[in-house]
Amino acid sequence: MSEDRNKPMDRPAGDAAEKPAEEAGAMAAERPAETAGTEPAKAASSAEGRAALAAPDRAARDAARAERLAARAAAKAAAGGTQGADGGGQAGEAAEAPAKEPSPNQPKLDRLVAILREQIGEDAVADAYINELDRHTPTVVVNRDRWHDVAVLLRDHPELKLHYLRNLSGVDYETHMEVVYHLFNLQNKQTYCFKVRTDREQAEVPSVADVWPAANWNEREAWDLLGIRFTGHPNLKRIMLPDDWVGHPLRKDYVPVDPEV
Amino acid sequence: MELNLSTIAPAERQELERNVLLTTIEQLKAWARSNSLWPLTFGLACCAIEMMASGGSHYDLDRIGTIFRASPRQADVMIVAGTVTKKMAPLLHQLYEQMPEPKWVIAMGTCATAGGPYVNSYSVVKGVDQIVPVDVYIPGCPPNPAALIYGIMKLQEKIRYEAKTGKQVTNA
Repeated sequence: MSEDRNKPMDRPAGDAAEKPAEEAGAMAAERPAETAGTEPAKAASSAEGRAALAAPDRAARDAARAERLAARAAAKAAAGGTQGADGGGQAGEAAEAPAKEPSPNQPKLDRLVAILREQIGEDAVADAYINELDRHTPTVVVNRDRWHDVAVLLRDHPELKLHYLRNLSGVDYETHMEVVYHLFNLQNKQTYCFKVRTDREQAEVPSVADVWPAANWNEREAWDLLGIRFTGHPNLKRIMLPDDWVGHPLRKDYVPVDPEV
Repeated sequence: MELNLSTIAPAERQELERNVLLTTIEQLKAWARSNSLWPLTFGLACCAIEMMASGGSHYDLDRIGTIFRASPRQADVMIVAGTVTKKMAPLLHQLYEQMPEPKWVIAMGTCATAGGPYVNSYSVVKGVDQIVPVDVYIPGCPPNPAALIYGIMKLQEKIRYEAKTGKQVTNA
């Protein structure tokens, strides 16, 4: 009995004793020769190295960022002139691309836009850019009339496989309404952002609840709070506010009917 | 039955005076009611956490006869602990209507009292007294268990005072 009880206790203890030794050995083997010195000396040298590296690195990055901002402002101004003539997006992109330091996700965006233009049509993409503030997320503004076709393609395309709708939100820009979709590929962990713009008074966007079931409640929320009507939604009712609510409270011009209650 | 006090021996009379209490039935009812205030569990926001803490072993609301009930049919007092939204308001009113008489309401915290930090929100009721009559308001965001216990004891006081004097407490 006592032997039986001891056995399972012994085994993990033995494992635990072996493992650190193995790991330490592996780490020592992996460690480059020059940093394999004594512990404090190594820490000091690496910290110094990092500080020495960081200072010029940061300065260079700041300079690059300032340059990039200036370049982008110039590119935007240049693109503004041609915007009306031919769809805008492509011209703006072409002017921007050489001036800007290329984003790590630029090839992904280019490929995505190419796929969309090829499979859906030239008019599918209204604008395309890299959202640098949001981890360089490739962002595409999709033409509202083609959005449902685009959504089906995004989900089913063997290269994209955007099976997962991470987030769906609505925005009131006062000049127009926008619905923002964050889509995610569960295999290569790539996020894409899609935006669909619509008129403010007649806010209507095709529903994608049949493409991603997760969109169902999110679209109801956007309808409830912002009054964006999702055409083709199976059950477009209020989801958060009471059914007899008047108005859509997250609209910028919302005035409550009962301010004193 | 006639009671002639003069026929009772002084020793017996003293014994009677020590052991017999005279009161009105109203005061007797108030004494019983005030010492068994069963609240309806009505946690709506962070105040509910403090209310739960009050019910826990450290503050132990049970010792003042306050035992939480999960049904309005068995409750005497509704402790509105938290933010009342306009969507919740009809349900709160219905639960209040389901409570048997006599019944009281404690508005716990600034949200239930007057909307609190959400006073400018589109969806929050600016004080639960717009829906149900409130007996005790407890300030705080959230009020700590001691404040809640003080509020409950204020309500006990109010019940006894109203039974004794027959007057409504308006500003005590």
